[in-house]
Amino acid sequence: MTKTKKTVVILLIIAALIAIIPLFTLKGAEFGGSDDAGSKVVSEITGTDYQPWFTPVLETWIGGELPCEIESLLFCVQTGIGVGVIAFFMGRFVERNKIENQKSKIK
Amino acid sequence: MNQKEKKIVALAAAFALVFGVAPAANAMHIMEGYLPPKFCIMWGAISIPFLIAGYLSIKRTLSKHHRSITILAMGGAFVFVLSSLKIPSVTGSCSHMTGTGLGAILFGPSAVSILGIIVLIFQAILLAHGGLTTLGANTFSMAIAGPFVSYGIYKLCKMLRVNKYVGIFLAASIGDLFTYCITSVQLALAYPSENGGTIASAAKFLAVFAPTQLPLAIIEGILTVVIIIGLETYAKSELTDLGFMNGGEN
Repeated sequence: MTKTKKTVVILLIIAALIAIIPLFTLKGAEFGGSDDAGSKVVSEITGTDYQPWFTPVLETWIGGELPCEIESLLFCVQTGIGVGVIAFFMGRFVERNKIENQKSKIK
Repeated sequence: MNQKEKKIVALAAAFALVFGVAPAANAMHIMEGYLPPKFCIMWGAISIPFLIAGYLSIKRTLSKHHRSITILAMGGAFVFVLSSLKIPSVTGSCSHMTGTGLGAILFGPSAVSILGIIVLIFQAILLAHGGLTTLGANTFSMAIAGPFVSYGIYKLCKMLRVNKYVGIFLAASIGDLFTYCITSVQLALAYPSENGGTIASAAKFLAVFAPTQLPLAIIEGILTVVIIIGLETYAKSELTDLGFMNGGEN
């Protein structure tokens, strides 16, 4: 393995560890949705249970809260689009590099 | 201790620091309907000049280097991926990254505002995450303030001749953290606390957001470095077009 490859692998492992470790060290933690805590602080500061003055359009359209499974589906779609684009172009770059290297070898 | 050993110790120390942080709570974009209309309009208005500048900057870059559109797409995709991954944090709650550092480093901060707002609109409409009324405020924090700080830090590191990858790491992670500082300030301005006013309120929001975001900021920094290494290896000509390779070498 080249040095760059090694660095990349090590960096990715570190990133994965940072992401995963809290899950094991903080047993029983909720890992709740990120919106809730912010709203709690708002309620705390204003002293009353804050009522948002506008509901998300999607929730208005379907007339209720977004089912949690559907939400994760949509998040996956978002990730999928992103990963797809990155992987597609990265693949193209890698192949192009290969061909260019071969050409320069023949010369 | 040789260089390598020093690095390992430093890394271990950083880990200890990160995991020693006391549990608090979590955060992300400002929720739909949580900012009074006055503030929604204000932040929206502030964001507009940046968006126009971003549009013009992208147009200019693309007309000069048409090929760099692939890198731009990758920068946008990077924001898509990173802002969709909810990652558990030391505080026992989840939050997600911004991914705007990469675009800011490669294309300049104003270009990222366009990439960022696309993601924010997607999340606001389809995911009920963030919101259309708070779009202006969220755009300002995630797609404008964060990238500008990233860009500034990247340039500063370059000027100080810091190792390029360290510079990129710092730029991406501090930009990520700064996004949440701005979110706190935005909420604080809208909800000043009764005793202590805006500043006390900002401190309160920050105490909620910062510990959750810190490890994620580090992950974001690492991922940005990884993707830059990848691009440097395989897409050298595009990066040279963007002026990233020349002068960027240490």
